[in-house]
Amino acid sequence: MATATLELQGIEKSFGRNHVLRGIDLSLPAGCVTVLMGANGAGKSTLVKVICGHHQPDGGRMRLAGRDFRPRSASEALASGVVTVHQSIDDGVIPDLDVASNLMLDRFTGRGARLWVRDRALRRMAAEVAGAMGITVDMGARVAELPLAERQMIAIARAMARAPRVLILDEPTSALSAAEAERLFALVERLKGQGVAILYISHRMSDIRRIADRIVTMRDGAVSGLFESQPLDIEGAVTAMLGHRMTEVDIEARSGAAPVLELEGLVVRPGAQPIGLTARDGEVLAVTGLLGSGKSALAEILFGLRRPVAGRALLDGRPHAPQSVRAALARGVFMVPRDRAANAVVPDFDIADNMTLPFLRAFSRAGFLLARRQRAAAARKIDELGIVCQSPGDPILTLSGGNQQKVMIARWLLRPCRLLLLDEPFQGVDIGARRDIGRHIRATAAGRATIVFVAEIDEALEVADRIIVMHEGAVVGTHVNGRVDLGRLVAQISGEGVA
Amino acid sequence: MMRAEAVTDFAIRYGFLILLAGLVVFFAFAAPGFATPRSAVFVFQSVAITGILALGVTCTLVVGGFDLSIGAVATSALMLSAYSMVILEHPAIVAVALCLGMGALVGLVNGLLIVTFRVPDLLATLGMMFLLIGLQRIPTQGNSIATGMALADGTVAEGRFAEAFLWIGRHRFDLVIERLVPVPVVIFILIAVMIWLFLGHTRHGRLMYAIGSNERAAALAGAPVSAYKIGAYVISGITAAIGGILLAARLGRGDIASGNNLLLDSVAAALIGFAVLGAARPNAFGTAAGALFVGILLQGMTMMNAPYYTQDFVKGAVLVVALVFTFYLSSRRGSAARR
Repeated sequence: MATATLELQGIEKSFGRNHVLRGIDLSLPAGCVTVLMGANGAGKSTLVKVICGHHQPDGGRMRLAGRDFRPRSASEALASGVVTVHQSIDDGVIPDLDVASNLMLDRFTGRGARLWVRDRALRRMAAEVAGAMGITVDMGARVAELPLAERQMIAIARAMARAPRVLILDEPTSALSAAEAERLFALVERLKGQGVAILYISHRMSDIRRIADRIVTMRDGAVSGLFESQPLDIEGAVTAMLGHRMTEVDIEARSGAAPVLELEGLVVRPGAQPIGLTARDGEVLAVTGLLGSGKSALAEILFGLRRPVAGRALLDGRPHAPQSVRAALARGVFMVPRDRAANAVVPDFDIADNMTLPFLRAFSRAGFLLARRQRAAAARKIDELGIVCQSPGDPILTLSGGNQQKVMIARWLLRPCRLLLLDEPFQGVDIGARRDIGRHIRATAAGRATIVFVAEIDEALEVADRIIVMHEGAVVGTHVNGRVDLGRLVAQISGEGVA
Repeated sequence: MMRAEAVTDFAIRYGFLILLAGLVVFFAFAAPGFATPRSAVFVFQSVAITGILALGVTCTLVVGGFDLSIGAVATSALMLSAYSMVILEHPAIVAVALCLGMGALVGLVNGLLIVTFRVPDLLATLGMMFLLIGLQRIPTQGNSIATGMALADGTVAEGRFAEAFLWIGRHRFDLVIERLVPVPVVIFILIAVMIWLFLGHTRHGRLMYAIGSNERAAALAGAPVSAYKIGAYVISGITAAIGGILLAARLGRGDIASGNNLLLDSVAAALIGFAVLGAARPNAFGTAAGALFVGILLQGMTMMNAPYYTQDFVKGAVLVVALVFTFYLSSRRGSAARR
């Protein structure tokens, strides 16, 4: 093994009372791909942000090529040769400029940059950079018009134009097709050959198998495992990442009573396999899968935001094909949407108004709102879910993320429903709130069918009676909680093990 | 630390109202004749029309929109009512109905442009403003309309402003003192109370605030977002038309040059309203208070013999101070609360 290019010792980081990184030791050898695995909230992204100078660590130290490394800003880290390509690609490129300008952008901002831009020279230099990376794109094309994979390549190429020593890739394939991902891997291999130390963050088992030289797992802000003997023990790594083979939450899988929702040959998007699925009264289903597996599409179809390509859904035996959100609500189908800041929270409102938003009619007489009843209902839910606040009149934005999410979930538990859909309900939620939410969902499950859409396996294991795996728009596996073969589950999620 | 925060909080909540009270007390002593019922009514009368327009624009601000066409709707209503009575010889009730219908129609078109055709609100209503300013001049070839005016074909207009119509603008109710309160003031107060109840205390108002704050979340909670947005522009169009009717009834002629300042004055009142009671968002009470604030300031200054041409400067200064009040202070309060 080569010497470590970047070495981290005892890195600590807290946000308020939230201790996110608890003494991380990590070394990245040159010419080697280190894969970092960790569940949501394990501290991966915070660690990346510390390395790339976005956050300053509270304790511990970093050494880059044997010298002390403490970047005070992202540009300082860049200047030292630590380059990060973030998850959302468009942060790494400027869509409205052409490829050449994107690749050479840093030449415009650097000290001694010239006033006049000479397009021809710019394109020549850009073509050299691109050529060195094996990228063949028209240097004059606008980046916005390129496919996702090309944009990703350009983001990386732009990073490489600085001749980095450390390259951090944060879930780079999450938006790429298999063929596109293959081109990315070829690029990573080439960089590896040039002696760059690479930190690769991913959940995709196929990626990890394809590219990892070693695996580091993180859990609850600490490194929980290091795997570097070939062949890599991926199953062991998953266990180390989750911290347990099974979930710590004891779930007695219930099989549910009468069927509430039945899907018959439902095709969620063109070209996908038809789905058949039954969700029963009192049962909590988890639908899991990667980004683009079709689970969000399924949720949107059931909530009237999207139409299926073919097939049908039955709700209590009657066809359910809502044309609008209001139609879905009228049938008793409620949904907690993903990304609460964009889709759920009304920032100007207090807790009570936020919670009662869909049911204002029930909280008003002759159109006039009955504020006391709103507050009483909110106070009850605050109690039941353990929402930390002073009163139902607190502005919603004064709450922590986990408590905001509890309010958003309480919103849809105020009234009984037949089918409750929760799309990534644990996104940006700390572990304590996550457990509270999971427990409450299960405790109130009687009288309806519940479907939780989650990308993370451990979240599914914590809440569901049955786990459905989706891949490329099709259901590829069903597991009863308590008897889950984790290896098989992981393989199905990544699309292996599918005949 | 706690004390400083409490002081900031108090200042944000009551600062503007205290300033308003202080202004009244100051003028009461400094300007003889200011603290009389007649003077108070005069203040109300001077802000009634802009206040009504401002209440309409408040509704569009609540859903996260903006209506630049209100001034033009008001002057169009002014011209339309005059045209209807003087040239078409309609009775007052028809003229009023035509104006209200025109206001509602313009609001509907604005709403459809914004919701269905996805034209940004400022641009759609700016376009509508232009269109109306031009349109209202076409029937009279750009002339004002007055009783007995000469028409293009050489004849003289036979119609006249109906008494009932002029009553709307000129009648004064007795209140303790004889002939004290003019009709427009009563209408202003009525509309203010109605909009205040509607926005603040009905579920429709609450949903409109939700739409203005996070449209997507409101839609996913089942609110009919498009209908509410269009509705807000219709309300704005109707209130603007009411303002135009009152103006016509007061002037008694279809004066082409009237109402130039209506748009700016009413938008200013609505924005000043953000600062009242620390709401930091559009609200009917604040809008009415904002309109009164400007009215009191101008009335007091006029009585102290400040020249008329300083008025816009004063309004602008009040607006800027109110905006700083709203956005700077309440953002500080917000960040303090989040800590």
